[in-house]
Amino acid sequence: MTATAPSVRRTPIYEGTRIPSPIPTVLATPPDLAATGDVMTVNFGPNHPSTHGVLRLVVDLYGEDVTGLAAVVGYLHTGFEKNMEQKTWWKCITYPERIDYVSFQNNEYVFVAAVEKLLDLEIPPKATWMRTLLCELNRIHSHLVWLGTSALELGAISMFWYAFREREQILDLFELVAGYRMHTRYFQVGGLAEDIPRGFYPEARKFCDWMPRAIDDYETLLTRNKIWLERTEGIGLLSAADAIALGQSGPVLRASGVDWDLRRVEPYLAYHQVDFRVPVFPEGDVYARYRVHMQEMRESVRIVEQCLDRLEHMEGDPWIADDRKVVLPPRHELHTSMESLIHHFKIVTEGFRVPEGEAYMAIESPRGELGCYICSDGGPKPWRVKFRAPSFVALQATATMMTDALIADMIAIVGSLDTVMGEVDR
Amino acid sequence: MSDPVVPGLVSINEEHRETTIVVETARLVEAATHLRDEEGFNFLSDITAVDYLGWAGADVSGYIGTRAGRDLNRPMTQGYQAVPLAKPKRFAMNYHLLSISEEPRRVRLQVWADEGEAVPSVVPVWPTADWHEREAWDMMGIAVAGHPNLERILLDDDWEGHPLRKDYPLGGEPVRFSEAE
Repeated sequence: MTATAPSVRRTPIYEGTRIPSPIPTVLATPPDLAATGDVMTVNFGPNHPSTHGVLRLVVDLYGEDVTGLAAVVGYLHTGFEKNMEQKTWWKCITYPERIDYVSFQNNEYVFVAAVEKLLDLEIPPKATWMRTLLCELNRIHSHLVWLGTSALELGAISMFWYAFREREQILDLFELVAGYRMHTRYFQVGGLAEDIPRGFYPEARKFCDWMPRAIDDYETLLTRNKIWLERTEGIGLLSAADAIALGQSGPVLRASGVDWDLRRVEPYLAYHQVDFRVPVFPEGDVYARYRVHMQEMRESVRIVEQCLDRLEHMEGDPWIADDRKVVLPPRHELHTSMESLIHHFKIVTEGFRVPEGEAYMAIESPRGELGCYICSDGGPKPWRVKFRAPSFVALQATATMMTDALIADMIAIVGSLDTVMGEVDR
Repeated sequence: MSDPVVPGLVSINEEHRETTIVVETARLVEAATHLRDEEGFNFLSDITAVDYLGWAGADVSGYIGTRAGRDLNRPMTQGYQAVPLAKPKRFAMNYHLLSISEEPRRVRLQVWADEGEAVPSVVPVWPTADWHEREAWDMMGIAVAGHPNLERILLDDDWEGHPLRKDYPLGGEPVRFSEAE
């Protein structure tokens, strides 16, 4: 484990704490203001184009000023965790991807990695590098969706077309690898579900050559754009101390001046073998969050290139662990080997067994710390699965960030948190 | 982990490279404050409630096993390698803590509660516990004592039952028969 010093900003973003009390997630209108009768309560959502899904914000407005705010979630609750308790471990892999439908590879990985932790399974290098590559491509994908939609909400509609143009290229790469554009289910407990198809590396290289220029274009459009600066600078302030107290992670935390990235402090996959920078901005506003996202995309492209350098020399290497109690036997063996046929039958019908115990696996998803807690009683189905969804936690910070905000700022602030409601409500 | 002194300590286990600190439910806030201030666990990642109803019970998956392993002389023992260890109470509350510092560390703080037994709120220690505790109440029906706003979060306010409990019915809608009206 590499030790790193979280940089503490010399002058705090604001003095003291702005977390509302006694309820940390509800900003209450001051009683004397409410008594004037000029405060109007508005239901913002659940169906509103700029709430990134079905989020309801109950907002108290005094003219244009936001004086009170409470976020109401749960409109997209589908009971993923309960469903997973009824499925065998390997059938569960399709569920995490649908929890956060924008960063599916990362969600898929965190669950698979938690199961591998309980199984104590060793993963072949080729699978590790491919997983790293896909997780990073997925980070770019997720940031592009965030960039496109958030900019769209603030009136920069052309940004949306550009971001989704590049997103399309990434989805084409996913399709090439797994056959599906989204929810690829390409990670298997033990490695990958299939070998990496021929022709993937050159296509991925093409993308890596193209993407930095595309990011340059985005930055030309936004980074010094007067309107963009006015809408984002100094808006939605969150100090480092408040961010930690509110459990914020990922880009939100790094935009508040805390140098913290799980890929570096608790390296998983191949992150200890690749070179990348962790962008940190001390301003703690919407603009800083935007800058973090942009630089992370550049770093992700660099990581993808380094993964390709390794993978191109791994032609013919195994892509999945050779543990017949967990991993399906190679297809061709089924015609000749009785043992393989039995293993195949047992794993498909009954599922493999995971030793009794509990494990918590945390990774740096595009949105922050994505955790997966699993508990097994030794059987073929999980006893309990729980996801620590970064979006769920991020929404708790809305009340704190909304101090002295105008109604138009609210759109920018909620957008900057990069929430995916599927993940919030699970 | 500087030795002993976590208030109300019951046990410390190391498994799968993870540390679990079990403390007495009544002294949870004290232990949490200690871990935050003295041990540097300034970040609460997650709270997970687990229902262990039917854990290691034969009626769960139709197996009869022994703690030591399979009993080849009895039928139906092939289901599990071994009967899992019994748990002290029905519900476990797991607090996954992280230290955002120069020495990043994780620890799982665990308390146990029976049906109807309240668990003290850690919102005063980590404000981010607010929604996590509401979720534990909503999904698992664990009453959190001292929470400033303990309401359902993911389900409707008038929902009946707590779906992630093991005794919650899996399928079907309550049917109103005409005779009952």
